[in-house]
Amino acid sequence: MKKAIIEVKALKKDFYVGEITVHALRGVDLEIKEGEFVAIMGTSGSGKSTMLNILGCLDKPTSGSYFLDGISMGELSKNELANLRNIKLGFVFQSYNLLSRTTALENVELPLFYNSKIRSKERRERAEAALEAVGLSDRMHHMPNQLSGGQQQRVAIARSLVNDPVVILADEATGNLDTRTSFEIMALLQDLNQKGKTIVFVTHEADIAKFMTRQIVFRDGHIIREEMVINRNNAVELLKTLPIEESV
Amino acid sequence: MNYLNSIKIALNALKRNKFRAFLTMLGIIIGVASVIVMLAIGQGSKKSIQDTMSSMGTNLIFAMPGAEQKGGVRMGNSDAQSMKLSDVEAIEKNCPAISDVSPEVRSSGQAVLGNQNWPTSLYGVNNKYFNIKKYTIGRGRSFTETEIQTYAKVCLIGQTVVENLFGKADPIGQSIRFKNIPLLIIGVLGEKGENGMGQDQDDLVMAPYTTVQKRILAITHIQSIAASAASESQNEAAIEQITASLRLSHKLKTGDVNDFQVRSQSEMVQMFSSISNIMTILLGAISGISLLVGGIGIMNIMYVSVTERTREIGLRLSVGGRGNDILLQFLIESILLSVFGGVIGISLGIVATQIMASIMSWPVVITTLSVIMSFLVCSAIGIFFGWYPARKAASLNPIDALRYE
Repeated sequence: MKKAIIEVKALKKDFYVGEITVHALRGVDLEIKEGEFVAIMGTSGSGKSTMLNILGCLDKPTSGSYFLDGISMGELSKNELANLRNIKLGFVFQSYNLLSRTTALENVELPLFYNSKIRSKERRERAEAALEAVGLSDRMHHMPNQLSGGQQQRVAIARSLVNDPVVILADEATGNLDTRTSFEIMALLQDLNQKGKTIVFVTHEADIAKFMTRQIVFRDGHIIREEMVINRNNAVELLKTLPIEESV
Repeated sequence: MNYLNSIKIALNALKRNKFRAFLTMLGIIIGVASVIVMLAIGQGSKKSIQDTMSSMGTNLIFAMPGAEQKGGVRMGNSDAQSMKLSDVEAIEKNCPAISDVSPEVRSSGQAVLGNQNWPTSLYGVNNKYFNIKKYTIGRGRSFTETEIQTYAKVCLIGQTVVENLFGKADPIGQSIRFKNIPLLIIGVLGEKGENGMGQDQDDLVMAPYTTVQKRILAITHIQSIAASAASESQNEAAIEQITASLRLSHKLKTGDVNDFQVRSQSEMVQMFSSISNIMTILLGAISGISLLVGGIGIMNIMYVSVTERTREIGLRLSVGGRGNDILLQFLIESILLSVFGGVIGISLGIVATQIMASIMSWPVVITTLSVIMSFLVCSAIGIFFGWYPARKAASLNPIDALRYE
């Protein structure tokens, strides 16, 4: 039995817009175990983004409990939440969110700047290792505008890896990429998952969700379906079937 | 997160926008440089006034006729004839705090030598006057007591008069004419240069006061009295004694207004110093305003920068930056801008001051205090004007900031 990284019970989240209360999450129970690669799916307004914000400790639930790696986040202060994000979580965004005019290496180093226990030498070494892990060891000193979209997303993934998080949260991480590049990114994530990383991947594309081990579908603030992926796609093999096109 | 990391992050952020950072600093640079220059000019003029004033003797005291009343009618000072030689004699007798005292009568006109002439002032004085006014006898001699008593037609001339009338020739033993009275030159005064107000102290002729009174002006009164206190610390006592002596010899009753004024050189020094202090404050305040404008420039750019980098802030928050880390980052950015600007401004100000001093030969003094003050003011500006934008950045909600378009 693997240990649970994420444990959510009876989670509710309400937003107050003027006098109207919007129930974004209406009681969600969820458990994600170590080594899983989970897709969170749903149309817009289904509550999946709210769920991701709470899982990412960026937002607090109205009620219910959330344990991240055994730590209850309900009682934590803002600063403690920031600390938790720094140590336990890695984020990958749809639009990469890299710092412009900053080298790939420095972008990857960023989370470690907020960890006072890490000295600059270790910071550099870990960032280099993370970039190597995503296959960009030859692009370390390039600026984001000198990198393709796929390479930029790899830098972002390296950044999410650099603090060795218990879970990587990806928000539509392939949303801005073409099919081939998406598959390349998925191949990288599958590889990382193979090596033991727990990944939660928010997407609305069924194709992409096919690469993961489990799918969780949200609608109107509830989980309406939760199932293991049968006939899971392998990104590396799928890439071979794609017609060869000139690289972008 | 430690401060070193914050400084590194802030430096990196500034490096990404070098030109903008420079333009932002420009306001501070100009502000600080002008503060330094203005204060240097102010301090310099104050010092040069003080220097020349004290070269004239800080224990110098003048007495001159003041507002006069005749039967209830108040008269002006200029034509007052209330001072007499007896006043000088009384002061000599009654005032222990005075070391030397001399009457003074003045006339201006052309000094004529053959076909040359030169406009100058003739001072009628006694032979203690040189001591009082710190004049030296360059060559020749001063006049004797006998020469004073016999209205002798002798004089000493200043360097400017020597140059203009004699050129390189030796003036001693020759005669110049002043208002048609020939005066034998018995001595040449040592060079003294300009005084604090740019007046040439070498452009004068000195003769016994009796000669000027009787032969040139045909008057019996004297125009003013020059005296020197025995020491600088006795200035106050000397002024009081002279005042008392003059009131006595002018037969003023208790309650009568003085018909004369007594001024000391140290009072003049103080007066001029306070004038140039006001000037310095004024100049400093004007350039201080440009420093303030520079500070507002920093605030403006920091606000723009916070808005422009909202997503960056969101990212930093999401990877574990706390509100305080963000606050610190932006605060350090604005402090770095203002402090760098300040350092450049101070250097620029010092250079500009030196250039001004050498090209226009203005007296300038850069005080350590003005440099330290400008530096501190700059840091304060950085903190003050950086605080609000930094606060705004720190209070952003990470979710909104990440999605900001």
